[in-house]
Amino acid sequence: MSWVEEKAAVKQRLDYQLMGDLVPVGSRVLDLGCGDGDLLAELQARRQCQVRGIEIDPTHVRHCIERGVPVYHGDMLEGIQHYRDGSFDLVLLSQTLQQTADPVRVIHEMLRVGERAIISFPNFGWWKTRLQLLLTGRMPRHRLLPYEWYNTPNVHMCTIRDFRLLCEQEGLSVVREMYLVPTARRVGRFMANWRAGLAIFELRASNSR
Amino acid sequence: MSIDDVIDIDNGSRFGGAHSVGLVETRHWTCHAPLLLDCGRSLSPITQAYETYGELSPERDNAVLIFHALTGDAHAAGYHDPSDKRPGWWDIMVGPGKAFDTDRYFVICINVLGGCKGSTGPGSVNPDTGAPFGLDFPILTLSDMVRAQERLISHLGIERLLCVVGGSMGGMMALDWAVRYPDRVASVIAIATTARLTAQGIAFNEVGRQAIMADPDWRRGDYYGQRSPEAGLAVARMIAHITYLSNQQMHRKFGRRLQDRDALGYDFGTEFQVESYLRYQGNAFVRRFDANTYLYITKAIDYFDIANGHGSLVQAFEAFKAETLVVSFSSDWLFPTEQSRELVRALQANGVPTTFVEIESDYGHDAFFLPNAELSDTVTGFLSNAYGRVRGQGGAL
Repeated sequence: MSWVEEKAAVKQRLDYQLMGDLVPVGSRVLDLGCGDGDLLAELQARRQCQVRGIEIDPTHVRHCIERGVPVYHGDMLEGIQHYRDGSFDLVLLSQTLQQTADPVRVIHEMLRVGERAIISFPNFGWWKTRLQLLLTGRMPRHRLLPYEWYNTPNVHMCTIRDFRLLCEQEGLSVVREMYLVPTARRVGRFMANWRAGLAIFELRASNSR
Repeated sequence: MSIDDVIDIDNGSRFGGAHSVGLVETRHWTCHAPLLLDCGRSLSPITQAYETYGELSPERDNAVLIFHALTGDAHAAGYHDPSDKRPGWWDIMVGPGKAFDTDRYFVICINVLGGCKGSTGPGSVNPDTGAPFGLDFPILTLSDMVRAQERLISHLGIERLLCVVGGSMGGMMALDWAVRYPDRVASVIAIATTARLTAQGIAFNEVGRQAIMADPDWRRGDYYGQRSPEAGLAVARMIAHITYLSNQQMHRKFGRRLQDRDALGYDFGTEFQVESYLRYQGNAFVRRFDANTYLYITKAIDYFDIANGHGSLVQAFEAFKAETLVVSFSSDWLFPTEQSRELVRALQANGVPTTFVEIESDYGHDAFFLPNAELSDTVTGFLSNAYGRVRGQGGAL
């Protein structure tokens, strides 16, 4: 399995479905980096959501169109700026925040166009990552981080703690946190920054509500 | 590549092929009610040439209106005669099993008002004088042409179109339709187009017009029955044709190669292949197109600005309801991708379900005339979902 396939598979198995479960019926949903549009198509058909996607890969874009998902072909920051404030109930971003050039701006844009944001990211504080670095002295590489240091798109890795801290600094309220291990099992909050390979945060701007 | 190039026709699209609509004919419809034009004048009677392919469903919910581009006509698909060397101008997209699948959709294409392929235009006889209009023909806008087509669509008994679609000027008209008649269209496909012509676009059109008007045979438009301003029209076409191609494509196709000679001739004959090609394009064009129509239609394109009368582009789309597909081509420098993005921004700001795709292509602005799997897959997917939604709503009417 190539890392691309692996990443796609991991994405499907884990956080994506869980993120979808958090979407209430009839919501207006924007998915940044929506891939093949699987989740949006499902939300559209099963939960009567009004969906929009942004995706940079042309093959994925075509799949979205085949599924009847309105999609914007382009960069996510460029694509999101088209939307008016409060256009969406929810804005989703799955395992891509760490690949953006300016994660803080991305989060603020998400909360500008959406009332809430649901963001998932690989937790760099996961025990496996820590242990690999500690014991081998090399950059960690495993199913959640399937890259070499020289070809990784992950330019802004963080831990769950880092992310909480950022939310605090930026004045964002965390509505909910969920943690997962790579086998799709959810884990509890206890020692989550050690135990969780992936984290899902649901945020809202704290001045709202 | 252009509409005048000979392109390979796949077996299925040849006359009698499984993917060809086969023998078609251009029909004409004349409406006597005067049409009040944007310039303030009114025009009647108005004849429009059109072709249809496929069958209108009993629910009348499967009609697709294709708007042609500057030099196109109503003959979008199929053959007028089994011996025709080439089918209609968008045969790659229209036919059984193609993107505009004539087994599912009822496809209509109408020659624009002001045209020279059967619709009333400057070459038509002015009922007041009994002679061709020439420059007495009123100046038109694309909106005038759209409103004329609306009459024909109503005449055909179609209340709401499944889709309006066009490339380049055709895309502008499709957008105009959806702004003007928001309740009468379910979806829009706007290809290689823009919300307004830029100064550069106007400039190229003006050079083309000046070339025609500088031709002594033009005689202020009063040349019918005499020599027509072929040299001027050919130059206009050559200039325009350059804007339809990309630099990469021209380089690949012609480079600096010489035509029918091995060494530079140090004369003003046709030395380079690219010169020969442009002359071929110019000459092919004058055989099928009227110079005055060229003046009128390019003028109409210059006037086009969808924000006109609305304040801004965003405001122009306030009543817009149709789900929309916007497609641009990466090497199109006449209507570059950024202009499509601008369009998309304004649509999205109004909550219009909008899909935007930039297709990687070397073929410049004219890419939409050429076989392109990405374009046909994109259109196929978008249109069948739009049709599904229309049907899901219990029919378009």
